[in-house]
Amino acid sequence: MLFGRILGTAAVVTAVATITSGAALAQKKYDTGATDTEIKIGNIMPYSGPASAYGVIGKTEEAYFRMINEKGGINGRKINFVTYDDAYSPPKAVEQVRKLVESDEVLAVFNPLGTPSNSAIQKYLNAKKIPQLFVATGATKWNDPKNFPWTIGWQPSYQSEAQIYAKWLMKEKPDAKVAVLYQNDDFGKDYLKGTKDGFGAKAASAIIVEESYEVSEPSIDGHIVKIKAANPDVFVIYATPKFAAQAIKKAAELSWKPLQIVTNVSSSVGGVMKPAGLENSQGVLSATYGKDAGDPQWNDDPGMKKWSEFVDKYMPGTDKNDSYVVYGYGAAQTLAKVLEMCGDDLTRANVMKQAASLKDFAPDTLLPGVKINTSATDFAPISQLQMQRFKGDKWELFGDIINGDVPPE
Amino acid sequence: MSAAEEVVAEGHQAVEAVPKRAMTLGTTTSLVVLAALLIVPLFAKNFIIFQLTMLLIYGLAVLALNILTGGSGQFSLGQSAFYAVGAYITAVLMEQFNINYALTLPVAGVICFGFGFLFGQPALRLSGVYLALATFALATAMPQLLKLNFLEHWTGGVQGLVVTKPDAPFGLPMGQDMWLYYFTLVVVLAIYIFSVNLLRSRSGRAFMAIRDNEIAASSMGVNVALYKTLAFGVSAGITGVAGGLSAIAVQFVAPDSYNITLAISLFLGMVVGGVGWLPGSFVGAAFIIFVPNIAEGISKGLSGAVFGVLLFLVIYLVPHGARQVAIVSQQLIGKFKKN
Repeated sequence: MLFGRILGTAAVVTAVATITSGAALAQKKYDTGATDTEIKIGNIMPYSGPASAYGVIGKTEEAYFRMINEKGGINGRKINFVTYDDAYSPPKAVEQVRKLVESDEVLAVFNPLGTPSNSAIQKYLNAKKIPQLFVATGATKWNDPKNFPWTIGWQPSYQSEAQIYAKWLMKEKPDAKVAVLYQNDDFGKDYLKGTKDGFGAKAASAIIVEESYEVSEPSIDGHIVKIKAANPDVFVIYATPKFAAQAIKKAAELSWKPLQIVTNVSSSVGGVMKPAGLENSQGVLSATYGKDAGDPQWNDDPGMKKWSEFVDKYMPGTDKNDSYVVYGYGAAQTLAKVLEMCGDDLTRANVMKQAASLKDFAPDTLLPGVKINTSATDFAPISQLQMQRFKGDKWELFGDIINGDVPPE
Repeated sequence: MSAAEEVVAEGHQAVEAVPKRAMTLGTTTSLVVLAALLIVPLFAKNFIIFQLTMLLIYGLAVLALNILTGGSGQFSLGQSAFYAVGAYITAVLMEQFNINYALTLPVAGVICFGFGFLFGQPALRLSGVYLALATFALATAMPQLLKLNFLEHWTGGVQGLVVTKPDAPFGLPMGQDMWLYYFTLVVVLAIYIFSVNLLRSRSGRAFMAIRDNEIAASSMGVNVALYKTLAFGVSAGITGVAGGLSAIAVQFVAPDSYNITLAISLFLGMVVGGVGWLPGSFVGAAFIIFVPNIAEGISKGLSGAVFGVLLFLVIYLVPHGARQVAIVSQQLIGKFKKN
């Protein structure tokens, strides 16, 4: 009898527990910017000014959410994507983000572009506890959950990429004598630091030359001559496109043929490899994480087919070779995934929590094997890349996917 | 023809050279505007207050240019450089040396005054478009100078510096934005009154004499070289204060915030507001802040073109800018009163 009563009590307790937890599940929670029918997401992009080429990213994201809305939205809610022009100017970025937050009342700010603009709005958004999701910059500092719990990156950081080069060199060319050419700013220095970290204890012996140049220099030929004189056999080029093209070209003019590695930033075929001379660029190495829309090997790839259909339907007339269209699609897909994971709990805290709980998520446009992973202590979503070699007039992928996770400082 | 009037398209009836009194607003109008500036923030959202603060700050920078161009007839496309120096001085003093924000502004003003005065020395030999070019060079060089390695310890290099926004003092019950607005308003008012009085003073008359005819001015005993450089110094000093205020309001300084686009915007603000008409500076500032947003609202992809069309319309319809609108409306009111 006693047993029966216990069982009975247990049943009642369980039933009560089920009812309450059921109620909790069904309860919808919202912060400003989310309702039963709509989720408001803000964004800033340089649609005008010196960096307006990136504007395509914002347009792609707008088109992506239009597609989502036509298909019924996310958990029944439409995405209202509000995007403003910041002209790549930090004061303008602050003004526009404040407009998004205080006037448009968005739930979160997504994929704002550029290191200066993001630096300018980071403190404000963190003070207001508004998610600064998947920032479009490669600086390493965005992965800092302890000091900036409302800011999270997206693409691999410069340091991650540099670590991958170092790791690959240590494995494939253990006795390499490395020369590093880097741009004398945060971009170049991030790369240099990543390389040294990647080599670890071997850094001092492996890197025999560190040469920096200023963005204001019209030509960097002198630096190349100097580097060659030290006689390294690996030449790593951490330069922006114009200078990367000069470096590759000058090395060829000096009939110097070291193993050359160029950053992902400067791996554009049209912007770097062709100006440097296709014959000079043969055999140059780089690394990448996304699929190249112009590469025929992805013609039958299901992910890129979806991407291609999306472009045809929602962005007709867009140049499909534009890598920014691929980028915007991948970033937008990541946000859609996070909002889906949020379910009916659309509070800012939960958005941030879900953004930091992505497990093996693979957007359509990332290389097979590259997956997005985040955690409460890892705010660097993409940290894997694959090596690629320039052959003929395009890049060929080779080797395994390499991990370059950089722990937050 | 004076430099100031050269800006104005030919074929339009020239507005009379600006007499001293016409440089400002009438007493009644001034009081109404002041009352509006004092009251509006009490009912506005924080974001609107922030925009109004930026309007005052840009207005101050345009005013500085107006003293230089409208007052002494010298061109400058290099105002962004002084603005940057002012912003950086405030940011560095606040963040690296923990100096109170209010104290950083006079420092920024004085250093920029010196910088402008010194820059005015070689610029003396240049006039008209050549001077514009020399100042243009200053504006293009500034972002790169700010990135220099040996300054990086203080300036943070390309990364820039994040500035902490001050709280209202004495436990005043107002938010950071509102406090900063009133603080800016006081600074701007003080400088505005100073500028009006400067232009009405002996020095102001000397500026205008130089603007209208350099040879005549010097034969009347005006020290042309001194007053030209002085105009540069005053203009740079005020721009520096505006830059300092902007660093506090935006809470961030980076070299790329102060490029040539800013210098051109300020120049544009001056032309739209009316060259030589000080209150117009704030109308011009409103134009450079709000019209790009309106243009963006009309078309995102073509925002630049829409902005161009709007600007063109303004220049074509009211070549003397806000001053012309003010004069026309004054005449209309006068007629109305007579009837």
